[in-house]
Amino acid sequence: MDSGTSPLNSVPRKTPLNAVHRRLGAKMVNFGGWDMPVEYPSSGGLVAEHKSVRSAVGLFDVSHMGDIRVRSGQHPGGALAAVQHITMNDASMLAVGQAHYSAMLYPEGTFVDDVIVHRLGEDDFLLVINAGTREKDINWVRANTKPFDCRVEELGDVYTQLAIQGPKARDVLRKLTDANLDALKNYWFTHGTVCGLTNTLIARTGYTGEDGFEIYVPSDIAISERVWNEVLEAGKELGIVPCGLGARNTLRLEAKMALYEHEISDKINVWEAGLDRYCKMEKSEFIGRAALENARTAGRSRMLVGLEMIDRGIARDGYRCLNEAGEAIGVVTSGSPSPTLCKNIALAYVPPALAALGTVVAIEIRSQKCRAQVVPTPFYKRPKKAIAQ
Amino acid sequence: MAYPREFRYTKEHEWISAKGDTATIGITDYAQHELGDVVFVELPAAGAKITAGKTFGSVESVKAVSEIYAPVGGEVTEANAELHNKPETINSDPHGAGWLIKVKVASPAEVNSLMDATAYEAYIAEKQKEASA
Repeated sequence: MDSGTSPLNSVPRKTPLNAVHRRLGAKMVNFGGWDMPVEYPSSGGLVAEHKSVRSAVGLFDVSHMGDIRVRSGQHPGGALAAVQHITMNDASMLAVGQAHYSAMLYPEGTFVDDVIVHRLGEDDFLLVINAGTREKDINWVRANTKPFDCRVEELGDVYTQLAIQGPKARDVLRKLTDANLDALKNYWFTHGTVCGLTNTLIARTGYTGEDGFEIYVPSDIAISERVWNEVLEAGKELGIVPCGLGARNTLRLEAKMALYEHEISDKINVWEAGLDRYCKMEKSEFIGRAALENARTAGRSRMLVGLEMIDRGIARDGYRCLNEAGEAIGVVTSGSPSPTLCKNIALAYVPPALAALGTVVAIEIRSQKCRAQVVPTPFYKRPKKAIAQ
Repeated sequence: MAYPREFRYTKEHEWISAKGDTATIGITDYAQHELGDVVFVELPAAGAKITAGKTFGSVESVKAVSEIYAPVGGEVTEANAELHNKPETINSDPHGAGWLIKVKVASPAEVNSLMDATAYEAYIAEKQKEASA
């Protein structure tokens, strides 16, 4: 048996909760240069963690995510102008206390990274970015906001970021905070006392397709460990389990949320990725806009689609999609068994002619052609209203 | 979990249990633990030839595919059909009901060149030490 993973040469970075994960007996992996838990056998492993998030609640350490704060300088409006220039969504539409999904683009209309933009104040924004692209992102933001009257700070190491996700996430967090969580809508955030820590950022965001919250606490190890343990203790009766990056990946895949270097990258543009609704062409100029204008006229040569395996076999990241003649016509960006649906699902780029629902394509799995069908996405959508109060 | 004394082991975490020229091959408890929830198994059919050190099938967990390497050369006489519908048996009973294939071993002496249980336990103890470093 050989898992085929190749160790990176550099020493991986650790989050403030690294010792906690190891004490819990988590299996650790190098993810984007970070030593992170992939699953906790003590939680029952990946599938059990996944199911806990769908049916109850799970706790994730996502401190590897980066944070960039952009604030206006001498004059109001500098930060907004800068954020508008470097991201594709319309940040002027954000109220203070609101967040949205967006992306930073290269002039070619391809992805530097996807980001969640939070408007902390009229002139104060927090961009939450991916772990593997932190250095690249901060350099990009600094370089491209120079003409604007704003200050850029990297806060990635200031916060321990915890994600509490699942239909019972609110019930867990409610026990630990004075903030009015019921008043907090999806993709809004507030500040409140959490585990005795005043002025803690609480956002109703996540990467699982479930209701949930992300909290940002000081990265001090003792404080981080205390909060982690208090969340687990508060969630015990509700069935909370620590969850690793393995479950995070299957959860986000079922919800069709993009992962950098998979569904989005510096070679894939916004239209191909199907992220049109987060790209506001009608707002003021932004990096990548002109290229996207041209690309829209030219039309797409490939599209991201959801696939469900018909034949026995699991499509994995990087596997090729073949046509009848056995020629490569596309590629799988993410593929896995879906613990919720008990089917083998995948996201793949295929030519538009093969993107219609019901189209059958072949996936090359260890030199065999296995059939898969284009299906509607997201693969999983959470029930509209929570039943239990 | 104890590693059966009568088995031999490979560095790729397969086990082999041989009697004369017939043998059963599986993956070790360490291997199933590293893999996590096994969801899919691909095995050769009876009659297929396997070559020592070459891959003869794969075991997939939710997160990854792992190739399985033949501890010895020979001919497959049976693949474990139970695993088709219950691949998770590999997690629950890796050294027993979770066996993968039975083979007619080409040269039975090859088996004795593999690690015994004591050597394998020392080998994985070293691996675990590396992982927690």
